[in-house]
Amino acid sequence: MRYREFINRLMYRLLQLMAVSAVLILFGIFTMLLWNGIRTFEQVSLTDFFFSSTWNPSAYGDAQYGILSMLISTLMVTFGAMLIAVPLGIGCAAYLSEMASRRLRNILKPTIELLAAIPSVAVGFIGIVLLSPLLAEVFKLPNGLNALNGSILLAIMSLPTIITVAEDAIQAVPKQFKEASYSLGANKWQTLVKVTIPSAYSGIIAAVILGMGRAIGETMTVLMATGNATAMPRSFFDPVQTMTATIAIELGEVPFGTTHYFALFAIGAVLFLISLGVNILAENIAARYRYSI
Amino acid sequence: MKFGSQITQFIGLRLLNLAILIVIAFLGIILWDIVSKGWSTSDWAFITGFPRSGMMEGGIYPAIAGTALVTIITTLFSVPLGVGAAIYLNEYARDSGLNRLVRAAIRNLAGVPSIVYGLFGVVIFVQGMQLGTSVLASGLTLGLLTLPYIVTTAEEALKSVPHSYREGALALGATQWEAIRTNVLPSAVPGILTGSILGLSRAAGETAPILFTGVAFYQRYLPANVMDEFMALPYHLYILSTQHHAITEVRPIAYGTALVLIVLVFVLNLLAFIIRYRFQQGNH
Repeated sequence: MRYREFINRLMYRLLQLMAVSAVLILFGIFTMLLWNGIRTFEQVSLTDFFFSSTWNPSAYGDAQYGILSMLISTLMVTFGAMLIAVPLGIGCAAYLSEMASRRLRNILKPTIELLAAIPSVAVGFIGIVLLSPLLAEVFKLPNGLNALNGSILLAIMSLPTIITVAEDAIQAVPKQFKEASYSLGANKWQTLVKVTIPSAYSGIIAAVILGMGRAIGETMTVLMATGNATAMPRSFFDPVQTMTATIAIELGEVPFGTTHYFALFAIGAVLFLISLGVNILAENIAARYRYSI
Repeated sequence: MKFGSQITQFIGLRLLNLAILIVIAFLGIILWDIVSKGWSTSDWAFITGFPRSGMMEGGIYPAIAGTALVTIITTLFSVPLGVGAAIYLNEYARDSGLNRLVRAAIRNLAGVPSIVYGLFGVVIFVQGMQLGTSVLASGLTLGLLTLPYIVTTAEEALKSVPHSYREGALALGATQWEAIRTNVLPSAVPGILTGSILGLSRAAGETAPILFTGVAFYQRYLPANVMDEFMALPYHLYILSTQHHAITEVRPIAYGTALVLIVLVFVLNLLAFIIRYRFQQGNH
């Protein structure tokens, strides 16, 4: 009996430790990024880091570490992706929960999950071999590796997240809301646009924010398909280099312990904080309205 | 008025239809392009052969083996840890501050960009624990990335086990751990398995976390132990499509690699789907 009680206590502590390790990992990542990233600022001022658009770490004697243009690039590609993915995603979510038959839904949902399963490197590959020649042809460009290409690919990659979360939100709208609307003579479309979607608003916003988070953090796709030019982009037809791509390109060649090395961790810290902010925002918005009848 | 609103409804509902068709078309186009162009390359010799003549010819066997090996390490690390954490959260945890912190940490870990996991892997595993660039360092890095997913899905599986299972064991005098081990875990295994396979299929397709923690451009031998560097399918595809000196000539091999990678990931997804499906059937 005592032995069994001992094992019980032991397992409790062990499992607790495993759960707490998640907290340790999150804090570990943050501390590590800060610890390394902060040493950038022994050489570079905070203002230059955030507000200068010149990223030229290898310039002899006059290296510059401004992340503004890659920050803008990340936001631009993400914004473009959302312009495409948000209407499509909400449309799909509404279709799945309000129109599709149960059988059709059971086929469509795994199909959309399959889209999420395609590795990012394969999506980037499609950007190179399929989308880039297409964009070059349509818009008469020398090549199609640019912000627009990245936006389209990121839209595809964030769609499953947006569809799944938005559909949950639309499903969660109480049936009584819709029935009340029908009984007042509204048709299906009017009910959807005027009652169901507004009621699911907070969940849909959370879906969009989570999709954005996915797009901001995505690395391989943008690395392969956006052309990687560090200059400030002026339009969606310009090649861009995002924050994630910069780390992926440069960490492999940078000598350990240099300002350049630390600057890449500082970029990582900025990315980490953005993703943390995005998550917290999505959670708070999703938690704001919960209907109970 | 009535007529106008019916036209609007007609157009609106067609638009929703169109949205889903576009999304399915995205998937269809991607799959069609890779399958139709990768098909001719991917024969038995391609899957079992080593690359030859600077990757211009030959197969991708070491990349397949490397991906399999690193995924095994990822599994060994993240599945026990993730399932353990899930057991704690679902079976023991009360709604205390600590547990809310754990849940918040897991949700936020799920949103951390994969390249940031790569940075963490470099500092902690490659340098800190002095594992060097190795299968082990990469496997552990991928394990961290997969962890939140495994915890979340395992907790869902545990949640679906009826309370009476636990109460039955406890009433017979079992300790809480004994109740979990004999009555809860066996019923949750299919769900845990489904989640783990899906998590690992993601890990197998990831590139950014292994870029600097152990993946190699080209190796003439398979890794002899976990401290060796390795080739991996996703990285191989990245190299062949962006870094190779003769990008257009190796395109067929790139397509073949993409096809093998996608087939691998889809087979894992299908496996998870079948397990989930059969489990649901068994429950009725």
